[in-house]
Order: sequence, then structure tokens, then C-alpha cells
Amino acid sequence: MKADPQNVLVGAHYLDGNHACGEGGIAAGCKFFAGYPITPSTEIAERVSRRFPLIGGVFVQMEDELASMNAILGASWGGKKSMTCTSGPGFSLMMENFGLGLMLETPCVLVNVQRGGPSTGLPTLPGQADMMQARWGSHGDYEVIALAPDSPQESFELTIHAFNLSEKYRMPVLIMTDECVGHMTEKVVIPPPEEIELVERKYSDVPPGEAWPYMEFDGEVSPMLPVGEGHKFHITGLTHDIRGYPVINSEAQHLNTRHLIDKVKKHADDIIWLEEKDIDGADVVVMAYGISSRVMQPAIAKAKKEGIKVGQIKMVTVWPFPEKRVKELAEKVKAMIMVEMNWGQVYLEMERCIAGKCEAHLIGHGGGTVHNPEDIYNTIKEAVK
Amino acid sequence: MSKKVALNKAPVEEKQHPMEKILRMDRIPHIWCSTCGIGTTVTALAMALDQLGLDLNKVAILSGIGCTGRVAGYLKLDSFHTTHGRSIPFAFGLHIARPDMKVIVFSGDGDLISIGGNHFIHTARRNADMTVICVNNFIYAMTGGQVAPTTPTTARSATSPYGCYEHPFNLPLLAASSGAVYVARWTALHIRRLANSIKEAIAKPGFSFVEVVAPCSTLYARLNKLGTGLDLMKFYHDNSVIKHGADPKEIDIDYQSQIIVGKFVDIDKPPYIECFNAGNKRVFGDKFKPYGGGNGSN
Repeated sequence: MKADPQNVLVGAHYLDGNHACGEGGIAAGCKFFAGYPITPSTEIAERVSRRFPLIGGVFVQMEDELASMNAILGASWGGKKSMTCTSGPGFSLMMENFGLGLMLETPCVLVNVQRGGPSTGLPTLPGQADMMQARWGSHGDYEVIALAPDSPQESFELTIHAFNLSEKYRMPVLIMTDECVGHMTEKVVIPPPEEIELVERKYSDVPPGEAWPYMEFDGEVSPMLPVGEGHKFHITGLTHDIRGYPVINSEAQHLNTRHLIDKVKKHADDIIWLEEKDIDGADVVVMAYGISSRVMQPAIAKAKKEGIKVGQIKMVTVWPFPEKRVKELAEKVKAMIMVEMNWGQVYLEMERCIAGKCEAHLIGHGGGTVHNPEDIYNTIKEAVK
Repeated sequence: MSKKVALNKAPVEEKQHPMEKILRMDRIPHIWCSTCGIGTTVTALAMALDQLGLDLNKVAILSGIGCTGRVAGYLKLDSFHTTHGRSIPFAFGLHIARPDMKVIVFSGDGDLISIGGNHFIHTARRNADMTVICVNNFIYAMTGGQVAPTTPTTARSATSPYGCYEHPFNLPLLAASSGAVYVARWTALHIRRLANSIKEAIAKPGFSFVEVVAPCSTLYARLNKLGTGLDLMKFYHDNSVIKHGADPKEIDIDYQSQIIVGKFVDIDKPPYIECFNAGNKRVFGDKFKPYGGGNGSN
């Protein structure tokens, strides 16, 4: 399905990442946005609240982030594509019902414009230190999908992609951007609606009385049941069976959690999106995501100029982690380097997958500003010594 | 090996449970203790829905966590068992997406008023068109009888073993002062009056609230040596005084004392979606198409 022309501001614009993210959601057909103001994410909500009235959307400023997350789940079950945005402290509050969204298998999009933490941290300055929280922040076992845009253009495109993944895999999808990308203003080209491919929700065609909210717990995606159509279905945050009925025992827990995990794991190849460059014959591979994947460019260019064989991987998706690819590369290269604005989060996954097969380096940074490319260059040099 | 002997039994006539239309019979028996007040409250809701003659396909029920939180799971409606305290914002999103549906939140005092208190007051303030039914048993029952924001002063609980010394919330006052357009209180034995109030609440456009004072037979009654659940249910009923239109400020509930019941608030105020439409119409005029929900764009 193609985007609805009324939702698409075709043309070249000068937008910051947050506004672009809002436009991405609108182009994807988002019609319900529930949010709570928090720096540095608020421009997304502002953009949407301005744009929605004339295109049939409803923006609601909620009483807090707990309410925002729940409201988008409710609206999604009501048939609306829904999203919210926040930053660190609000992300913590949203974790509770992000888990409910995963458990109920509810499509929606949650944008975290990351700032420095912990606690109130650095409200106006960037960080990438919520990456492990994105992965594990809600209690229990599950898998997540998280995307990391590196520019306003990507903020627009990846928000559409996040909606598509959320509908395809029937789960909340995270956009883990940061203050730099959110407040960076660049040219954003919004294509005509016929060039914007949208994944629409699949509803069950099983007649009321015979349909359950889940088909099988086998890691495949069940079509959703529409509300108000006589299905009179039940869904619960409790461990449940395919009928959506609570079942409190270890067998049901096994089936339910394996399903949520396998839904992502079985389709990891479809979900994972890496942009690789100069990997063949590389001695060292630098990995990064979001703004850090741009910051590393001058360092890589300088190293290459000096004849160092350096490849790079920009992780467009951070979760699920590209285990297979990192394991393969670890057999071939001398070292792999993770550049991230935290003290080692996604790095832990890289190191785990390398499993001693090559060197693993972290170029960490506490946040507040981006890396100095010189630090990245120095680590690349060190790694090939 | 023993042989199964077919007994010569008279054929039993298949009887339909009177509430089969609304109950998920495949989930019965329920988990509630005998003489718990939740059951009669569910009956009152069933009566109300029946009397209203609503298309049950267009009614959604949502609960949070706790004993009353299990209600959604037993009703044959589109039903949502959400997280602790969050049924109201979940219901709010559902209501916005599907304003054609009746949205009913059915949960307990701890769920709605303690952990969910912020959502309760703000959704009342917005006057979102939904009905909130709160079974108030003065205690956290599911977790074993701990003190709640509704526990009357001096009542004992698992975490106020020497008697509660906090001031409890007066729920109708909280609802009314937050903006609810319909507020009533009954006890779990006022089944007919309760059903009538629930009926009015569901029919009322805007945020309507019905408190049901109900016994917790297993914990509150036992910890306070108040007899059986049935004794307590009778006590609440017999010690209640019907005062329609009573000032919500005057209807605090003290420990084992008189309970003022009735309909306290029934006013007209534009609900959320009407305000949304009016606000946008004011600015955009005919360019704005009034929001009516439904799938996709309106």
C-alpha cells in the first residue's frame, strides 16, 4: 500500500530530526499521538500537534509517559496507527507498558531522543546510553526492534520503516535517536506518496466466535482481531495462551515467551539492516549507530588515507543485534571497534559475538557532545599495530 | 482393570446460566472468594447492559490489576486486562480510536485511585466519554490485604497491623472535583439501584464514575474481625443512607460507620471529543472535518 497523499508534504524541506520524525510518522499514516513534553524530544509532539487537525489525526498531551504509552496501545487496538516520543526519564516510565505492548503484540512506534543520563542527566545534550535499556528495560524476557537514524532525512525514513516493521511483526518498535540528530537541521526530501511503501495491518478473516487474538505461539505473526466487530476477544498482560486467556504455569510461560523471542529471532535476517563499506579485505572494522556513525567518518577517511584497511558498519537497526555478521567478521579481521556515546553497551554484544576471535575495542564517551574523531582515529591506529 | 459403568440417570435438562450472554462461560469458575462483593457488581453491570439494550459488539471493558482487575477477563465483550493502574489511559486511547464504542473501566480502589490516581483525575478533567466502575473494598486484596488509599482510619490491614492512621480518599469527591459529570456510590447489596446507576453512567456522555463499597471477605473482614463477607455486605447495606444530591464533601467513609450512598453528581459538560472538534472548528472553520473516529482518516 502507498502513503495517503494528504499525509505527505512532498518536496525538499529544511527540517531538524525531530520535525522530520514527526513527518515520517504522519506519512506512515499515524493518526494518534499521545505524548508528554520532555527535552530534547518535544519538537516531534509539537510538529504532530500542528499538523494533525487538518488530516484527521488526534494529538493528546497526556498526564505523564505512563499514560502516553498506554494510550497509544489502546488506540492501536482501536485501529489507529499510533506513536509517542520521549527521552531518558520518560523512557524509563514508558518501559512498563512497552512491555505490555510486547506482551499483547500491539503495533506502535516509540521514539527516544536520547540525552545524557542517568536520572535527569543532561536534558539538552546528547547521549546514546539508553541502548541497553531499550533492549532490557522492561521486565521479563523478550526481543525488541530498535532503529537508529543518523540524520533528519533518516529520521523521516526510519519512522516510516518503524511503522512498517511494527505492523509486519505486530509489536512496538523503537526509534533510538539522540539530541544531535533531533536538533540537527538539514535538507529532508519527502518523496511523493506513491513512492512511500506502507505495510498495512493484517486483520483476521476468521469469523467472530471462532477467532482468537493469537494463532499459534510459533514465532510467526498472527493477524489482529478488530475491536467492535463481535469477536469479543480477550487480551491480557498475564502469561496467556493463544485464546488470550491467562494461564499461570511454566508450560504456558515457555510457549508465550519463546514466541515473543522467536518472532524477532526467526525473522532477524529480514529485520536487520546494516550499511557496510569497505569490509572486503579490511583489517579493522568500525561499528557505530546513529550520530556516532557520522562522527566516525573523518577518522576513517584519515586512517584510509594512511593506507589502513578499515571497513565500517553503520547499524541502522541496533536491535536485534547482528550476531551472525559480527561472528563471521570476527573470523576475518584483526579488530572490531564500537563507537558509541556511552561507556560500553552495544559494545558488550559485539564483544560477546567476537568471542575472542579478534580484538574488540570500545570507544566510549559519557555523552554531552559527540566523539572527537581524533579519538576514533587513534583507536583505529592502535588496533592495527 | 475397572470397568466404567454407565449409570442410569434421568436426562438433565441443559440449563443456560442467566448471565451466559455476557459471561465467558469457558472461564468460569472465577477466582473470587465466596461472598466477595465483586460478583454482585458484575451482575449489576450485566443487568445495566441488558436493560440499555446496547449492541454488545460495541462495548469494550478494561481492567487493571487486582481482584476487580480480573473482571475484564470474565466478560464476553472486547476485553482488555492491562497493567496496574493503567486501564484508564489504555481505555482513553481506545475511546479516541473508536468513539462509536462504549468504553467501560472496571477495576479496584488501589488500581484506579492509588497507582492509577493520576490517570483517573486527568481523564475526569478531560471529560473523556467513558464509565469507570470502582469496587472499593478498602484494601489491596489480591496481594494479601495491604493498606490502601481508601482504608478507613483505624482499620487494620496486612501493612497497617496496628490500624491505619492515614486520611483516606473520598472517591466521589475526588471524581467530582476532577471534573466527572456523573458520580454515584452504592454498596454491593444495592444491586438494583447500582444497576440503575451504571445504566445512567453508561448512557451519560462524558466521564462517569460509580463507586461500589464492597466487602473483602477473606482479608478485610478477617483482619478486622468483622465476621463473614456476607455479614460485612449486610453491614454496609444496613448502615447506608441514601442521599441523592449530597455534597461530595460531606460523604467521607469512616471505619464501620454510616455510608452515604446515592447519586451525587449528574451535570452536563461537553466531553473530550466534542471539545476537540469545537476547538479546531473555531480555528480552522470548514477546513476542519469533525473527528468521528473509525479506521484510518475520518
